[in-house]
Amino acid sequence: MTLVFSQLFTGISIGAVLLLIALGLSLTFGQMNVINMAHGEFIMAGAYTVYVLQQVISGAGVSLLVALPVAFLVAGAMGVVLERLLIRRLYTRRLDTLLVTWGVSLLLQQLARDVFGAPNVQTQAPELLTGSVKILSTGAGDLVLANSRLFILALALLAVAALTLLLRATPLGRRVRAVVQNRDLAAASGIATGRVDRVTFFIGSGLAGVAGVALTLVGPIGPTMGTNIIIDAFLVVVVGGIGQLKGTVIVAFALGMMQSLVEYSTTISVAKVLVFLAIVAFLQWRPQGLFTLRTRSLA
Amino acid sequence: MTGPGTAAGRGRFRLRASQSRARTAAGFGLAAVALFAVAPLALGDFRLNLLAKYLCMAIVAVGIGLAWGRGGMLVLGQGVFFGLGGYAMAMHLKLADAGPGDLPDFMRLYGQVERLPWWWEPFTSPVFALAAVVLVPMALAFLLGSLVFRRRVRGAYFAILSQALAAAMAIYLIGEQGTTGGTNGLTDIQGFFGYDLADPANQRVVYFIVAACLLLMLAVARQLMLSRYGELLVATRDAEERVRFLGYDPARVKLVAYVVAAGMAGLAGALFVPAVGIISPALIGVVPSIEFVIGVALGGRATLVGPALGAVGLAWAKTALSEQFPAGWTYFEGLLFVLVVAFLPGGLGSVAGLVRRRRAVPAGAPEAPEAPPGVRPGGPPEVPSFLDPRAASSSPLEGTVDGAVDGALEAPAPGEPTREVAP
Repeated sequence: MTLVFSQLFTGISIGAVLLLIALGLSLTFGQMNVINMAHGEFIMAGAYTVYVLQQVISGAGVSLLVALPVAFLVAGAMGVVLERLLIRRLYTRRLDTLLVTWGVSLLLQQLARDVFGAPNVQTQAPELLTGSVKILSTGAGDLVLANSRLFILALALLAVAALTLLLRATPLGRRVRAVVQNRDLAAASGIATGRVDRVTFFIGSGLAGVAGVALTLVGPIGPTMGTNIIIDAFLVVVVGGIGQLKGTVIVAFALGMMQSLVEYSTTISVAKVLVFLAIVAFLQWRPQGLFTLRTRSLA
Repeated sequence: MTGPGTAAGRGRFRLRASQSRARTAAGFGLAAVALFAVAPLALGDFRLNLLAKYLCMAIVAVGIGLAWGRGGMLVLGQGVFFGLGGYAMAMHLKLADAGPGDLPDFMRLYGQVERLPWWWEPFTSPVFALAAVVLVPMALAFLLGSLVFRRRVRGAYFAILSQALAAAMAIYLIGEQGTTGGTNGLTDIQGFFGYDLADPANQRVVYFIVAACLLLMLAVARQLMLSRYGELLVATRDAEERVRFLGYDPARVKLVAYVVAAGMAGLAGALFVPAVGIISPALIGVVPSIEFVIGVALGGRATLVGPALGAVGLAWAKTALSEQFPAGWTYFEGLLFVLVVAFLPGGLGSVAGLVRRRRAVPAGAPEAPEAPPGVRPGGPPEVPSFLDPRAASSSPLEGTVDGAVDGALEAPAPGEPTREVAP
């Protein structure tokens, strides 16, 4: 019983990491219909922000809290620059944008390697987050949850809540939703779609920075950390469907859970293959993802 | 009106076709001379061996040119098929090196495997291994493609899926170290069907085999591109829905190109093994898979020889530059890729054409004179619908509907190499 619970929680915490990474991606993907391959490097930028801030601010807890908004701004600014310089120009060639942003990610990785060195760097986790909480005590053993995992879960849920609020309850969110649903009609109604694109890209990329901060608690920080996790995040977005957050949320946790359970019964390499097969099978059933915006377009 | 429909157009078309046939023959002749005479004479053993490796990349690139350049499918996972071909060949060569009844060296080294796994068994037969080199990748591509294309998974979705396949395969190979060699892959391959690969003379033969295969694949790609099927493939890339309305099945059209590209990648992988002596997950994962695509983008994705030249050029530049400046190379590669894809979608080869067009048009004049409304460039002036004889016999409403449908299905602008119908 304890085992089932602890596997479930492992699944949920993998899902929370996936959700944090995929949240910004689904926003930018839904908005511009562009998969930004440099998203992983924005995550990396967020993680290195923590590293740099810890050189300046000594307290691990304070620096982590300061890093959250700073990383949001840093990654967001990078996103805006990318959008202004390249993505906007390639509006009619969306598949090419995927390739161009991959070139950008290559450049950013090398930049990180030159600035911070090729080996992984270490950050300190605040003391509060290094311990664990005993949730359940049974005869067979205790169910223990790591504080850092709980923190990531809370952060992910907070980000979803904030984003939902932003999209549902603000004028900006209304404009974003309008552009996602029908760009031409939104432009015709007087929405400055270019400005909306920029803001969306800022928020989506900023969320990548926040995800980077969270990742410093669970994994190493290095120049290639972005590429290792980004493909899973892409899959979450593809399976979840465009333009709606609930698809991303559900699929992130479902994939995390599946990864954890399959990994437990087989090995990590078999789990990857099985998850891939499951996704292909799923797309047979819903080729446009779990939730789709109903449009009248042919595609 | 000088379209292919009119008599003058047909004549010009035939002239162009015969001209292009002569040019192709000359091109193939030149390439054959360069590959079979000039290169072996001019290059030393080491450089020739490197060239053989580059030509393997070029074979993959020809397939990508077909699937991506002509078919519009952004294949980010060709490394998988390259790897399947490579591992099939390497498994046979390892077994042949070990001798009958013996395990390949790495299996004994890791000590986890007592006897040969069942899926290694058939690879003792050279015939099976050679068939598997091409057929296994094609079978996987057929399976994945027929599932995915029929459900109209395309564009970025397809690209991500193909990339995830590459990631899953690399992770799987690394995880199953005992039977696949893990991160190291299958290394230290000594013989090639009874010939010693350490012998430079035999390495030359391997080079010749690779070069011949490349020319053969180019010929296959050319035949496909010029055939009726090739037209259909381009049509599917540019307006998939329209092809469907015309009664064709776009899924099947795309599937053929995808399977052929996979077969080419498998063949390239198999040739890579004797040429380089190793196949490993690092050669087939996400990054090498995208590098295949970079070469194709550099050379010009929709052309016949562009992808091959781009792949050879990129691989050569990588060897030449990364030896001297390892960090500089990554910047160079990233920047080159960004600039070419963003600003030269036709590849580096299109620069000449752009310059020529710029010269032909005097400075200051617009490149294409804008047609006044209602006049199709190069066609007869279009009669406004209320004066149209067709419209006269029917209600004006029908004319409007007709026009609306026409506008909705408008073909994409020419000169746009990849268009994707928004999902």
